[in-house]
Amino acid sequence: MNLFYLIAATCFIIGLKRLSHPKTARSGNIIAAVGMLIAIVATLVSSDILDLRLIAIGLIIGSTIGALVAARVQMTQMPQMVAIFNGFGGGASALVASSEFFTTTNSPFLIVCISVLIGTLTFSGSFIAFGKLQGFISGKPIVFKGQQFFNALAFGGIIILLSINNLGTLDSQSIFYAVLALSFLLGMGLVIPIGGADMPVVISLLNAYSGIAAAATGFLIGNNGLIISGSLVGASGLILTNIMCKGMNRSLANVIFGAVGLEVISDGSQKEMNIKSYSTTEAAMILDSAEKIIIVPGYGLAVARAQYAAREVADALEAKGKKVLYGIHPVAGRMPGHMNVLLAEANVSYDLLKSLDEINPEFEDCDVALVLGANDVVNPAARHDQSSPIYGMPILDVDKSRTVIINKRTMNPGFAGIQNELFGYDNSIMVFGDAKDMLKDLLKEIKEL
Amino acid sequence: MDINLLTIFILAIFVGNEVISKVPPTLHTPLMSGSNAISGIAVVGAMLAIEMGGTLGTYLGLAALIFATINVVGGFLVTDRMLKMFKKK
Repeated sequence: MNLFYLIAATCFIIGLKRLSHPKTARSGNIIAAVGMLIAIVATLVSSDILDLRLIAIGLIIGSTIGALVAARVQMTQMPQMVAIFNGFGGGASALVASSEFFTTTNSPFLIVCISVLIGTLTFSGSFIAFGKLQGFISGKPIVFKGQQFFNALAFGGIIILLSINNLGTLDSQSIFYAVLALSFLLGMGLVIPIGGADMPVVISLLNAYSGIAAAATGFLIGNNGLIISGSLVGASGLILTNIMCKGMNRSLANVIFGAVGLEVISDGSQKEMNIKSYSTTEAAMILDSAEKIIIVPGYGLAVARAQYAAREVADALEAKGKKVLYGIHPVAGRMPGHMNVLLAEANVSYDLLKSLDEINPEFEDCDVALVLGANDVVNPAARHDQSSPIYGMPILDVDKSRTVIINKRTMNPGFAGIQNELFGYDNSIMVFGDAKDMLKDLLKEIKEL
Repeated sequence: MDINLLTIFILAIFVGNEVISKVPPTLHTPLMSGSNAISGIAVVGAMLAIEMGGTLGTYLGLAALIFATINVVGGFLVTDRMLKMFKKK
């Protein structure tokens, strides 16, 4: 039996390994799916006391819902979908642990509780994250007095309950229900104060939790398949969490307890900026005389669904023999790698999508950096202004290009609530307007030149 | 706690760390949805919980099975949908 789980786990590892390049990634995903199929079939035939009729019902309901969601979800909604799937994964692990608790009399109670704790808080936390991303709940940080105290109380309560069990003063069922309820509240309490801009971190972290929950359940039922797969997912989630934190120059603790985005930073001492507003005709002329252009997309671009228009502009420029690259900040979207998917959807060739480390040296000899809907991630204050809330955050060095063309709807500051000094730089010009309209105008002008 | 399980756990974390740190930022979203599908491995635990007889444990297992299957099927399919879009011109 364990042989099949080993084969499945090997498939998962090979599958993840093939994700190291877009060329091999798709086959990798299929290999991982085959591994899962092997694990499922092997489990089905392993025991003759299983209720196959009920299992068939569960598999059919789950597959139908899963397939429908996968086919219908839009790429901009990917963060919500991953959030809710994280929740299902955590929920499934907690339910398996609960089932084990109610059916097996001598199951190790501490492991039951750990599985239920991680699984349940992943479940409730993910649903809050989903609600925020989908707009059911305000994307702003929701904070109330004594919030940290509430979370600490819930967490402390769980710890105390687990140690009480060791003393044997309460019966295990009451403790089980109490841990379940507290974990549910803790999951909600941890996610509800976190703002929309920090969602990439939260989703990555919940992803890690869903893996750890599966691994914990694997310990409980003594199943290698769950332990290995859970650890892989846990490692993946933690690595992504770390990358997202680095991308914002924040510690994990700061994201979870900081509730940034709530305080409005306005020190009144902002310097006067000389903003140069240009028309699309002038912008088109600047682009026409450029040789190397780097497009820097922000989430605003995807919200306006303007990535298609951006690609058309890039195509027109490439047709004129210009080199066009895309510089993508790690936190450009609402989840790790989100912007890359949105651009791939718009048929941008993947070899043109450059990460922060790859693209920054390219700005030195870049003629035009075209900033579309990005703000904080191109603010040079992050490099030198120690009083700036984003000081130390790695940014895209667009200001090193000969000219920076920035498209914005208005002069409103970005997520961090701060004015961007880049807009006043000598080599910066602003083109105001809706991204899609502006790009369409720009396309027309470029083609006419 | 079974030391064998713990050994597997620790080694798997190291393997995961090695393999996943090589995934480029471009593919981080498919990585998440794909690893999401993999965490649906709880489907195995869920099926093992669905024993004949219809006790509370069985129905908890059924709920787990539905959740995990959504995760597995939805996760792999949506990952494939995304990876299909990554083309080189």
